[in-house]
Amino acid sequence: MSDITADGLVTGSPTRIADVVAKSLVKRRAKEKRFRMYGIAAVAIGIGFVLLMFGTILNKGLPAFWQSTFRLDVTFDAAALNLPTRPVREEGQSMAAFQQTLYEWQNQVTMANWNGLIQTSLQKYLPDAKPASRLRALVSSGERFRLRDMVLADPNLVGQTVTVDLLADANVDVWLKGNIDRDLADNQYLLSPDQRAWSDQLYEQGVIRMAFATSLFTNVDSRSSPASAGLLGAMIGSLFMMLIVILVAVPIGVLAAIYLEEFAPKNRLTDLIEVNINNLAAVPSIVFGLLGAAVFINWMKLPLSAPIVGGLVLTLMTLPTIIIATRAALKAVPPSIRQAALGLGASRSQSVFHHVLPLARPGILTATIIGVAQALGETAPLLLIGMSAFVANVATTPFEQSTALPVQIYLWQANEARNFFEARTSAAIILLLAMMMMLNAFALVLRRRFERRW
Amino acid sequence: MSVQTKPKVVAKDVNVYYGDKHALKNVSVNIPERAVTAFIGPSGCGKSTFLRCFNRMNDTVDGARVVGSIQIDDQDIYDPDLDPVQLRARVGMVFQKPNPFPKSIFENVAYGPRIHGLAHAKPDMEEIVVSSLRKAGLFEEVKDRLHESGTGLSGGQQQRLCIARAIAVSPEVILMDEPCSALDPIATARIEELIAELRENFTIVIVTHSMQQAARVSQRTAFFHLGILVEEGTTDDIFTNPQEKRTQDYITGRFG
Ligand SMILES: Nc1ncnc2c1ncn2[C@@H]1O[C@H](COP(=O)(O)OP(=O)(O)O)[C@@H](O)[C@H]1O
Ligand SMILES: [Mg+2]
Repeated sequence: MSDITADGLVTGSPTRIADVVAKSLVKRRAKEKRFRMYGIAAVAIGIGFVLLMFGTILNKGLPAFWQSTFRLDVTFDAAALNLPTRPVREEGQSMAAFQQTLYEWQNQVTMANWNGLIQTSLQKYLPDAKPASRLRALVSSGERFRLRDMVLADPNLVGQTVTVDLLADANVDVWLKGNIDRDLADNQYLLSPDQRAWSDQLYEQGVIRMAFATSLFTNVDSRSSPASAGLLGAMIGSLFMMLIVILVAVPIGVLAAIYLEEFAPKNRLTDLIEVNINNLAAVPSIVFGLLGAAVFINWMKLPLSAPIVGGLVLTLMTLPTIIIATRAALKAVPPSIRQAALGLGASRSQSVFHHVLPLARPGILTATIIGVAQALGETAPLLLIGMSAFVANVATTPFEQSTALPVQIYLWQANEARNFFEARTSAAIILLLAMMMMLNAFALVLRRRFERRW
Repeated sequence: MSVQTKPKVVAKDVNVYYGDKHALKNVSVNIPERAVTAFIGPSGCGKSTFLRCFNRMNDTVDGARVVGSIQIDDQDIYDPDLDPVQLRARVGMVFQKPNPFPKSIFENVAYGPRIHGLAHAKPDMEEIVVSSLRKAGLFEEVKDRLHESGTGLSGGQQQRLCIARAIAVSPEVILMDEPCSALDPIATARIEELIAELRENFTIVIVTHSMQQAARVSQRTAFFHLGILVEEGTTDDIFTNPQEKRTQDYITGRFG
């Protein structure tokens, strides 16, 4: 054994000291091992939660990308539809007069008995189904307009038989996918017992199949026929807002950061600005919504529910993030590079634009794209500027009413047709996540491109 | 060695403050033309601070304030009308740690001439780059990889690249702040040889913490202590016959 003096020092021959070191080594190794275990456990828990989240969302949402769809041979029976022929412009007829007759014709086409047409087509497969109107109700109510639009686009279809894909009613989809228990009491279903049986039969006959839900991408939200509710309006709204954030927040944020970091004198005022920017980054996003409502809508009289307002609010929200991250990227460039340039007689802006910015560019890009991705997923401020309103149009400019993806998710998850919209909501979430991942992948690619390692 | 010609740089009563800290006190010194002047002294005595006065790099340091006068060829470099950017084209600088730009060797050397508009045609630029690399004794080693990264060179090569970069704009004065402190002895010897060659065309001021280096490369030496210029003279005098006790203590290794 080695001797330990009163003040705790180990003394003795070298071998004794080696003994003591060896002993302490065992302890140190155990400690290191324990720490590594904690680390692995922490990572495992984190990954576990991520997998759980993705698992549930994918599990729920992926089936919604396939939707119960009828494939029917529809005969556009001239007698049943009883349509006048499409007017042609007569010699000497004024354009206005022709428009008038055309308009009347379109009205008549709309009023035609499209439901009857669907009903007749369906009865070919289930001749015994009575009453036939209940059978026809298996097709989503909005789908009759699809037939109308076909004829409006091509009047020659009348008299022909065409194979048409029509979305099934949301309740049929829920029933066929097993999203509702099959042995509940009759009064708990929105479909009658015979409708449920017909659905099953048609599914077996192959008249109803699960087809890719293009409507999810090509339709706007719909209240009257949930089966055809889509995300196009929300995606366009989000796209407009992202564009506004990129066009407004990115240049302002990056330039502000460059000025503050590279040019501004370091004094009380710039310190104050810095503190305030940091504070702004921590302000809850809903506050930005209130600010946006007060400034952009009440004061500047910009339209309610419009992507322009949403984009500006998200710009305000993202600016601090972009400024802080850009400054961090600039700070990471070694000062020796600036000294080298200044020492050669480069001006301050030459040193910044020739040397500092190229080196900071990957960091700035990542910062920017993360800021934009954050804005893309933001919901709370959008609710306050009216973007949760039901909008059935696709916005063609940022000044028209629109929803946004995250808001659409919020609206759908609260829809009363729960059984149907639960999966649809998850599908929307998948889409939003996919857009974010695409943005992040884009950031990664840009980073690789610009990160020329010397 | 006595230098009778008119001095290239004249510093008079230079004081430097960092905020409240008085880092350099009433320093006056003459720097002879086409010779090497060494600044020696213990760490923190203000050598680098003083060196940075000659190309106004202190302007870029937050909180630094320079009082006094420095003239290069009778021109006051602290004249408010004088653009420090213009000054730095005349007074080049080599830093303690080699700091090539993360660009090609060629681009490193070409950068100065390009921003000052010294060469417009490509062959002119190539000539400047090649001759600068030659003068810095680096050309033979890198002639086959001029378009490869400057940061891929060894430490000593990087420092010679920085010297080539500095002389590419044909400065009159070259300031070197401990240019060898990050280098091994062989690379150091190469730089010292180079300094001896460059002396014929440039006025060189070098800060060094190595007294042997000062003795080897310089003709004049200035010894600083606690922000004060203690003694200044020919290198021979300072090392063989110092007038001040503090100088003697320092060069004999009694403190520092
Ligand atoms: N940027 C600065 N801010 C504040 N004090 C500084 C700064 N640079 C140098 N100093 C101080 O000035 C004194 C001289 O420093 P310096 O010139 O770097 O000394 P040397 O190069 O001789 O080691 C030191 O006390 C140092 O702490
Ligand atoms: Mg120093």
